[in-house]
Amino acid sequence: MDARPSAQTPPVTQSKWAFLRGELRPKGKVLTAFNVLTIPILVAAAVILYFRFTRGLGAVTNLDQNFPWGLWIGLDVMTGVAFAGGAYVLCFLVYVLRLEQYHPIVRVTVLNGFLSYVFYAGALLLDLGRPWHVVNPIIGNSFGLTAVLFLVAWHFMLYMLAELVEFSPAIAEWLDLRRVHRMLSSLTVGAVVLGITLSTLHQSALGALFLVAENKIHPLWYSELIPVLFFVSSIFAGLAMVIFEGSISHRVFYDRVGPALRARHDEIVFGLARIAGGAMFVYLFLQLLAFVHGQNWVHLTGRWGAWYVFEIVGLVAVPMMMLLVGHKHRNMTLVRVASLVTMLGVVVNRLNVSIIAFKWYAPRHYVPSWMEVVVTAAVISAELWVFRWIVRRMPVLGFEPAWAKPAGREAADEMVARTM
Amino acid sequence: MKLTRRTFFKVNAIGAVTLAAGASATSAATAAASTDTVGVLVDTTRCVGCRACEAACAEANGLPEPDQSGDVPGAAPRQTSEKQWTAVRRYDTRHGEVFVKTQCMHCVQPACVAGCLTRALERQDNGAVTWNGDRCMGCRFCMIACPFDVPKFEYQSWNPRIQKCRLCVDRLREGESPACVEVCPAEALTFGKRSALLELARQRIYQNPGAYVPHVYGEDEVGGTGWLYISRVPFEELGFRMDLGTTAVPETTRDFLTAVPLVLVAGPAMLLALRRASAEKERAELPVAGGARRRFPVGEEI
Repeated sequence: MDARPSAQTPPVTQSKWAFLRGELRPKGKVLTAFNVLTIPILVAAAVILYFRFTRGLGAVTNLDQNFPWGLWIGLDVMTGVAFAGGAYVLCFLVYVLRLEQYHPIVRVTVLNGFLSYVFYAGALLLDLGRPWHVVNPIIGNSFGLTAVLFLVAWHFMLYMLAELVEFSPAIAEWLDLRRVHRMLSSLTVGAVVLGITLSTLHQSALGALFLVAENKIHPLWYSELIPVLFFVSSIFAGLAMVIFEGSISHRVFYDRVGPALRARHDEIVFGLARIAGGAMFVYLFLQLLAFVHGQNWVHLTGRWGAWYVFEIVGLVAVPMMMLLVGHKHRNMTLVRVASLVTMLGVVVNRLNVSIIAFKWYAPRHYVPSWMEVVVTAAVISAELWVFRWIVRRMPVLGFEPAWAKPAGREAADEMVARTM
Repeated sequence: MKLTRRTFFKVNAIGAVTLAAGASATSAATAAASTDTVGVLVDTTRCVGCRACEAACAEANGLPEPDQSGDVPGAAPRQTSEKQWTAVRRYDTRHGEVFVKTQCMHCVQPACVAGCLTRALERQDNGAVTWNGDRCMGCRFCMIACPFDVPKFEYQSWNPRIQKCRLCVDRLREGESPACVEVCPAEALTFGKRSALLELARQRIYQNPGAYVPHVYGEDEVGGTGWLYISRVPFEELGFRMDLGTTAVPETTRDFLTAVPLVLVAGPAMLLALRRASAEKERAELPVAGGARRRFPVGEEI
């Protein structure tokens, strides 16, 4: 058993404050490739954001009166939230369907989902013209009940809370707060059930935002099914993210991965690959439905037609086959490559609906400025920094303290380890 | 606007409908879609392109003097901007040059109002669609939603505003007409109740055969607009979008918003039921632990 002190309860001789001070210090090397790459990005983004908040959005973005939404909404919010979908899918598998084999991966997925919301939905604040009014839909007499965005705002907020509750037992274990832990653990199922419901609604609501833009989005990407398409694609977007993130985490944080997850990881990935493939099949069917319903044959010409076929076939149908074949033949490389292609497909789809095919008829189309790209990269980097900080300290990938395991769980873990 | 008995009943009816709809978010904008509000009829056959309306608009609303240069034939049509709420466009047609004044259309069921999550955009009782800076968070969804691309955003400001025509709503409260209408020397603009304007528009079309195409733009487009246009030249030749349909834009999200409270209520119940059902199965399978289906008891925490 790996016995890193940070994963265990703090020694009794140490006070809580000394423990916390110790935890604030960096763990691991400071001069890593990741740090060398991301620190300049973060510094550059800070400078860019200074100009953004003093001179307006126009000073750093290529947004204009024709294209009010750009990379910060299309990529950070629309796509980032889809990738966070793994959390509600895993919670559904483990807490509703009780597929216990996925349990070891739930905590890291929920952490990933929570941080995605905090950073990617939080990136919204950078894009809002008057961010100090962001609380208006929550308080005061400004309830825009007829607005899809009103729903999105409330659900984002409530879902972040739900995910924090779902993850909170890990924080309690880290701080050795046993009574708090018991209380927080009792809230998990409620938070999960509420969280899944909220996710269903706001994942689809992100798509429903574009229902009003019927005359602005290219007909190949506009359909009444956009909300359903966004919801279903968030399932496989989230699962592809879990597979991709897992393959990296297992290398970077190898010493933090507990025995249960280490033993089951490959089985978990293959299982998730199959579920993702199934969701993609449903998605393709819905896309076909939208295509036939919208009588879109006539639009299937020229560059837009080719771009559409590339997205549907190359970035959905092909990775779907790869995931299913990879699951069948237990081919980990194929599954990992497939999950990357799947993620790319979701990025392309979200960008198509929100930016690329939006006002496709405009003579001068929006292209993000390099500063928008740097800020987006910084948002992703910041999320990874916090993710790393937490994984290095809290029992996220395993090594829960013995006192935190419910009766019977330890024996079961041992059983799993023996039979592996 | 004076509170007449008629408006009193109307407001109450709206209130009742809105309450009945409750949080189910059935469009309050739809409920408030009274058509007996005010608007302006633009007779493009009368407009001489003097642009006095642009100057009057800027003066009445404290905007910088409009840029009246650059309107050469063949160039891109002039646009409203965050500094100019109305712009007169010039088109060279087979009937000679035609001028079209553009500004916010003040829709009967505005997409911007229905889409605004802070109610910063509101449709006043008289039909004017206005913006309230104390509420707006600057998300710019109104710009996504507006079928006419009217709302403009101050990209160069740290404290940006949404800029658009507000139908001189303060002047209307004083009993005056909008500044552009008042200044128009050619009587191309007529201010009044929307129903009366529609009558007037039809009257002009019927009484002057050949002088107008038989269409009042804004009567049915996107569920009706406060500003109405008549023209001798087909509207598609004057830069009007003819593909907007007659359904109000908020209708496109109505079904989705109706489903939300249902999912919100039924979802958790179904999930808990499903969880319960899986538990029964689990207990039945537990004795064969170590067998073909390895399962272990459920921990509640993650």
